[in-house]
Amino acid sequence: MEEINYAELERRFQEKIDKDIKIEPKDWMPDDYRQTLIRQISQHAHSEIVGMLPEGNWITRAPNLRRKAVLLAKVQDEAGHGLYLYSAAETLGADREETIDDLHSGKAKYSSIFNYPTLTWADMGAIGWLVDGAAIMNQVPLCRCSYGPYARAMVRVCKEESFHQRQGFEIMTKLAQGTPEQKAMAQDALNRFWWPSLMMFGPNDAESKHTAQSVKWKIKRHTNDELRQQFVDVTVPQAEMIGLTIPDKDLKFNEATGHYEFGEINWDEFWQVVAGNGPCNKDRIDTRRKAKENGEWVREAASAYAAKQAELKRA
Amino acid sequence: MSTHEWPLWEVFIRSKAGLNHKHVGSLRAADAEMAVENARDVYTRRSEGISIWVVESKDIYASDPTEADALFEPADSKIYRHPTFYDVPDGISHM
Ligand SMILES: [Fe+2]
Ligand SMILES: [Fe+2]
Repeated sequence: MEEINYAELERRFQEKIDKDIKIEPKDWMPDDYRQTLIRQISQHAHSEIVGMLPEGNWITRAPNLRRKAVLLAKVQDEAGHGLYLYSAAETLGADREETIDDLHSGKAKYSSIFNYPTLTWADMGAIGWLVDGAAIMNQVPLCRCSYGPYARAMVRVCKEESFHQRQGFEIMTKLAQGTPEQKAMAQDALNRFWWPSLMMFGPNDAESKHTAQSVKWKIKRHTNDELRQQFVDVTVPQAEMIGLTIPDKDLKFNEATGHYEFGEINWDEFWQVVAGNGPCNKDRIDTRRKAKENGEWVREAASAYAAKQAELKRA
Repeated sequence: MSTHEWPLWEVFIRSKAGLNHKHVGSLRAADAEMAVENARDVYTRRSEGISIWVVESKDIYASDPTEADALFEPADSKIYRHPTFYDVPDGISHM
């Protein structure tokens, strides 16, 4: 076979990307592309898994059976999303056990939104509406990501996400139409989750170091600020419709641009939470770690059973 | 022992009678039985399937993508394998 140098392989790779030909696990890819994807996909997987915790907190206290069944199904979906994504990361050569250990040791990051506590039932509404809403904005373009397994996982995820947002908005709507206390509870949840939801799109474009290369590789299709703006534009009218107020005194519609202008995000808070100093960072990781430790004997038993069955089959 | 040693399985799902099983993704499980049970929970929560196949990933022998050109090029040049290659006179039907 002819010797092909790295530059030529890279040129052919970029040519495929430019032609919208998907990259599959065994195809040649630059190491940086592989590493970028492993980082992004595993962070995404961790976010799905840790994301179960704030809502899991309310499953036993859901106000009725219907709400409980819905929340349970929603949280179960998030577990599924985590699993699709861990598998996608594995296709790139990531070791699953190591990936999970990186989360537990604090080496790997996950979406900082899940480090905020869920204090009332209305938080289930705010999370579904805003957090899943923001996640959908981020994930829809990823369905066209250049890496096949990630794109396919995202198609599946996006199909499932739309009910997540609707069930949250339904909770908010019901509370907003309820007693003054219920409406106040909904408003309070919106007040607490609004800004952290805007932070979910990541730092401003000027501060975001990975964006340009990721756009070139078609891992990313839009910048953080574009997606954030899109989120604000669709969400503000939804809040108005149900009579809730977005907690931003600088928010105003700009007739000329057709977009909402919004206030300054507290990036200090964002970086603090990313660095591990949010209200629930420690609690989230401790919970995950404990879940793994407490499940160890089950995994051991299953492995022993499988080994024994395999032996019996051979005999 | 830990999940580390649980093998990776590829999951194939038949979405309804009459269709073939299609690859949907992978998962880890201690044995084939557990792989089917996990596949049900991970890949068919919305009635996406009526039948599941699981195959240990290591048992799949795949063609080499770097040899894809050599492998598939012979078919590309045989355009006479397609009906559109042939001229059919005007007025001929049922063909
Ligand atoms: Fe999700
Ligand atoms: Fe979700």
